[in-house]
This record gives sequence, structure tokens and C-alpha cells, in this order.
Amino acid sequence: MLDRLSPQNLRILALFVVLGLVLAFFATQVDNYFNARLFNRISASVAIMALIATAQTLVILTRNIDLSIGSVVGFTAFATGAMVAANPGISPLLLVAYAMAVGAGFGVVNGLLVAYARVPAIIVTLATMAIFRSLLVEFADGKSITSQKLPAWLTDYPNTVLFSLAGVEFRAAFMTSVVVVALVHLALTRLRPARKLYAVGSNPEAAEMAGINQRAVVFTAFVLAGALAGLGGFMFLARFGNITVVAGLGFELKSVAAAVVGGVNIFGGSGTVAGALIGAILVDLIDTSLVRWPLVSEFWREAVLGALILTAVAVDAILMRRLIAWRLRREKARNAARAAAEAQA
Amino acid sequence: MTILKPLLGWEGFLLAVLIAIIAANAALSPQFLTLSNQINLFQLSIEKIIVALVMTFVIINAEIDLSVASMMGLSACAFGWFFQQGVDPVAAIGLCLLIGVAGGAFNGWFIARVGLPSLVVTLATLIGFRGLARVLVEDRGVSGFPQWFGDLGQKGLIGPVPFALIAFAVLFVALFVLLQRTGFGRKTYVIGTNRDVADYAGIDTGRHKMIIFMMSGLVSAFAGLLFAARVGAVRGDVAQGFELDVITMVLLGGVSIFGGAGSLMGTLLAILIVLNLRNGMALVNITGHIQTGVVGLLLIGSVLVPRINLSALRRRPQKEAT
Repeated sequence: MLDRLSPQNLRILALFVVLGLVLAFFATQVDNYFNARLFNRISASVAIMALIATAQTLVILTRNIDLSIGSVVGFTAFATGAMVAANPGISPLLLVAYAMAVGAGFGVVNGLLVAYARVPAIIVTLATMAIFRSLLVEFADGKSITSQKLPAWLTDYPNTVLFSLAGVEFRAAFMTSVVVVALVHLALTRLRPARKLYAVGSNPEAAEMAGINQRAVVFTAFVLAGALAGLGGFMFLARFGNITVVAGLGFELKSVAAAVVGGVNIFGGSGTVAGALIGAILVDLIDTSLVRWPLVSEFWREAVLGALILTAVAVDAILMRRLIAWRLRREKARNAARAAAEAQA
Repeated sequence: MTILKPLLGWEGFLLAVLIAIIAANAALSPQFLTLSNQINLFQLSIEKIIVALVMTFVIINAEIDLSVASMMGLSACAFGWFFQQGVDPVAAIGLCLLIGVAGGAFNGWFIARVGLPSLVVTLATLIGFRGLARVLVEDRGVSGFPQWFGDLGQKGLIGPVPFALIAFAVLFVALFVLLQRTGFGRKTYVIGTNRDVADYAGIDTGRHKMIIFMMSGLVSAFAGLLFAARVGAVRGDVAQGFELDVITMVLLGGVSIFGGAGSLMGTLLAILIVLNLRNGMALVNITGHIQTGVVGLLLIGSVLVPRINLSALRRRPQKEAT
């Protein structure tokens, strides 16, 4: 198995194993650990984070980074809330489209600056993180969105139970996120145009030689990431209802953390959206479980999280190096054996 | 000199921007040019600008340290914790600085020895160091530090000039000499330009990176203590989010995010620009988030503007040739 599975799939397998180990560990530590509330709490939070981690993954795959993602989530959450408060009769689909369009608009700004003006992504998005946030402050003009201003269908949406399986409720927001992430994952693994993201991220020059319009690919990645972040903003609005100008603060680093734990290479070209999803779940699971672990105070949460990210990345890097070396040795031995056999014949 | 010319041009541009901002501020408010406002302007961001000096080394070396603000928080909270445990404040200061060096070495080890990208390692320690700070003080605030400690942070040491500002000046001169006049500084540029070449040239690049991250940790811990002294109280969220302001100042100063280029003079000019710009905006009642947005615009502009000039220059000789 070790010499057949691709590193990507191996990683996803390993992440599932880690997920299982974490669950098993806390089950022995916390009384009544597996209950419906555990799943609900994590799925509610993952519904937002999975979208944002996916958005970040698209950008990181092309050797870039989007630090403005938290500000985009905040702005779209607020703008979407203001939109629905002003037009309570607006159709839900139109509202989602509005959120995604606003997000994509910010993505266009980032994409133009990175892909066409050739300013490094970290500089552009560091700046637009601040700029988009100050636009939100201007737009909000000292007001905030409260859940009373929102129509009932919107605030009910995250809690709507689609179906339940053995007492575990699968709610609408979570399922929507999972479907979106699955679609992006399928596209990235099966569709030729989507594979260009990997080509550009692995080797921009080679991609250019192969006839790929590098700039267009990077631009598209930023626009798609913006649209996904916009959808994340919609989810954020639906879940919390009360939106202030600090909405989504800190999401940029959380999304990078989820992607990196999920095995996305920060230098681009490798990683999967499914991995980023499991990364987001893992980060959230540990976050939620530590609160309930009586042995340590809840103040250890962040310290443990930092250690987890570092361990995940270090172990991944070391094991991958070993795996590659082991496969090379094996291949060499096999070739030598074949050569010997041919010589005998 | 020919190599220095573009650099002089960049610094000249920053200087022009700075003079324009100072002139505008002086015209806007008669308070601006008073000594107390000038000192106050530095005091309000003194911790960030001190860390920006050492961040210049990190980025020229083609790395990044996102954990600086969390280290500031950890050092400030550790000081509060030691103080609560009854440790002598002077000893506590020494211990906090040691924590800084140790944290920097921790980052450096994963980056230089394990070979992980600094963006990822310091993102993890950004979360981890902050977490340790919270473990130390939980959700409490610690205050009631000795009188001399608070005075050091708030009062003038030489005339009206406070200790932190003197420390900034001394650190600037020391680091300027180190970066621009010593072999260590040259190595920082060489490794930042091309680590492989530096390795083949016999430079112990791993050791160099370790030292730079330890410097970064030490200076951040020092800045955290300054924060504790200036504010007179510490909480778990001390200095949260400062890392992005620090990095913005360094990049605005013309330090290349890809390493190998930039100077401390550029960083100093960018620091002065950001401080004066924020101060001027505060004088006309523009609030924090908008101020940060304007600094963001300036950051993008600072990278875009010289690029447009360059491409115009490149096109011209081509036209003459045809």
C-alpha cells in the first residue's frame, strides 16, 4: 500500500487516523464525550471554517496567500445582513449570490494586484486586509447588524435539521458546506482547467511553457477564493445574526492553519481541499474537546493548538522525506534485480 | 555606488513622502511640532517600531516571523506571573528575556534544522506563544508593578525622553552597524539572496538563521516588557495583532519580501512615515481601522509606483531600437 497510494491520499488517510485517535483519546478522558452536542457544535463552526479553509487552499495551491480573507468574511457578512434587512422579501438564492458576488469583487482586487500588477501576494493581502476592514468600518458607519433585523428563514437556516443518523443531526449549513467543499475537491482532482492551479503552483515557468496563462490562473484563484469567502460570510451572518465591524477578525490565520494541518504545502503545488476540510475539523475538534477535558484548564487551548500545528507539519515533512527516499531505494533495487535477471537470460 | 543608486532613489522617495506628511501635519495642527507630541508619537507605538528593526533582519534573510507579537504578549505575561509569584522584578526581567531567546531558538530550530517554512512554524508559535501567555495569566489582569518599573515606561529618563525611545535609538545604531558594516550583516543579505549559494560558499546558514530568530525572540521579549512598563498592567491579549503592523512597516521601508534586499535606513523612514501619518490622522479625528486602511493603501502604492516607473524606463530604449 505504501508504494501505491499517492502522497495526497496517504495524507488524507493519515489525517483520518489522527482524527480517530483524537476522538478515542478524549472519549477515555471525558465522560459522555460522544453526544449530539459535540457533533452539533463542531459542525456549526466547521460549516464556516471549511469554506474559508477551502478558499485559502485554492490560493495557496498557486504559491500565493490570502491574508484578507477574514476582512472579506466580515464585510460580506455585514453587507449581506444590511441587504436583507433593507429588503426582507429578497429570495434566499439571490442573497447568497449577492454575498458571493461581493466576496468575488474583493477577490478581483486582490487578483488584479497579484496576477497583473505582480505585487507579491503577502504584501497585497496584508494591505487589503486593512483596507477591506476599513471599508467595512466606513460602510457600517457605527451601526451593527442584529438578529432582530434578519428574516426568520435566515436565522433558522443553520439549525434546520436535514436528516438525522443514529441520533446525530445533520444540519443545513454544515451539509451545504460539505457539498460545496466536495464539489471543489472533485473539480480540483478531475477537471482539466482546475488542474492548472497545481501546474502553476508546482512550477510557474513550466506551466507557462506548457501554454497555461499563469496570470489568468492566479487571478481566477483569488476570485474564487473571494466568492467562497463571501459564502463563508453568508454562513457567518446566518449563524451569529449579530455582526459588528470585527466580524471574521483572525480568520486569515485560522484558515492558513487548517489548510496546513490538512497537508497543503505552503509553497504551492500540492495539497487537497479534502485535506483542508479534515484539517479544519481536526483544529475545531481539539479546540472544543480541550474545553471539556477536566485535566487541563481551558486556557491551554491555544498552546496545545500551536503545538499540534507544528507537530503535524514537522511529522508530515519528515515522513514524506522518508517515504520518497524509501520509494527511490525500492525502485533502484527492483531495477537492479531486473538488470541482473536480464543479464542471466 | 552604482549598486546603491536605486536604494538611494527608494529612500529619497520615502524621505519626500515623510517631509510631505510632516508639512501637512504641521499645517493642520499647531500642536504637531511640539516636543511632547513628537515624543508621544513614538511612545504610542514604541514596541512595534523596536520589533520592526529586528524584523528587517528576518525578512532580508528571506524568512518571516509571525510570532513576534505573541512573544511580546508571552514576555509581558511571564513578567506579570513572576511578579505575582514574588520573584524579584530585576530577576524577572532577566527571565523574560531568556524566554525570548528560548522561544526564538525554538522557532529557529524548526526552521533551520528541521527545514520547515518559517511562515508555518511562526504561525504555529503565534498561536502557541499566545496560548502560553494565557496559561500564565488566564483571564486575569496583573498590575501593581513597582514604581520604578512604571516610571521607566512612562516618565522621561533624560529630560522628557523616555527610556524606551533611548533604547530604540541605541538599538537602531547597533543593528545598523551590525547589518550594514559587519560580516554578519553581509551574510544576512547573501543568505537572503540565495541560500544554496551561501551554503556552497561555506556559510553555516542554519546557524545564521538560528541566531537571527533568537535575536527576534529576544527583542520581542524586550518590547513586551516595555509594553508592560508603559501600560502598567498585562493581560493575555497584550500586543495581539501587532505582527502585521510590524511587517507592514518593514515592507514599506523597501525590504524585499523575497529577501536579499532592503536596509535599516528604509525601515526607519517607513517607521517615521507610519507614525506621522497615524498621528496626523488622529489629529483630524480619523479612527484606528481607517488609519490602518490608509497605511495599507500606502503599502500597495509603495510597491506599485516604483514598478510603473521601471517598466516605463524599460520600454523606452526598445522603441529607439526599432
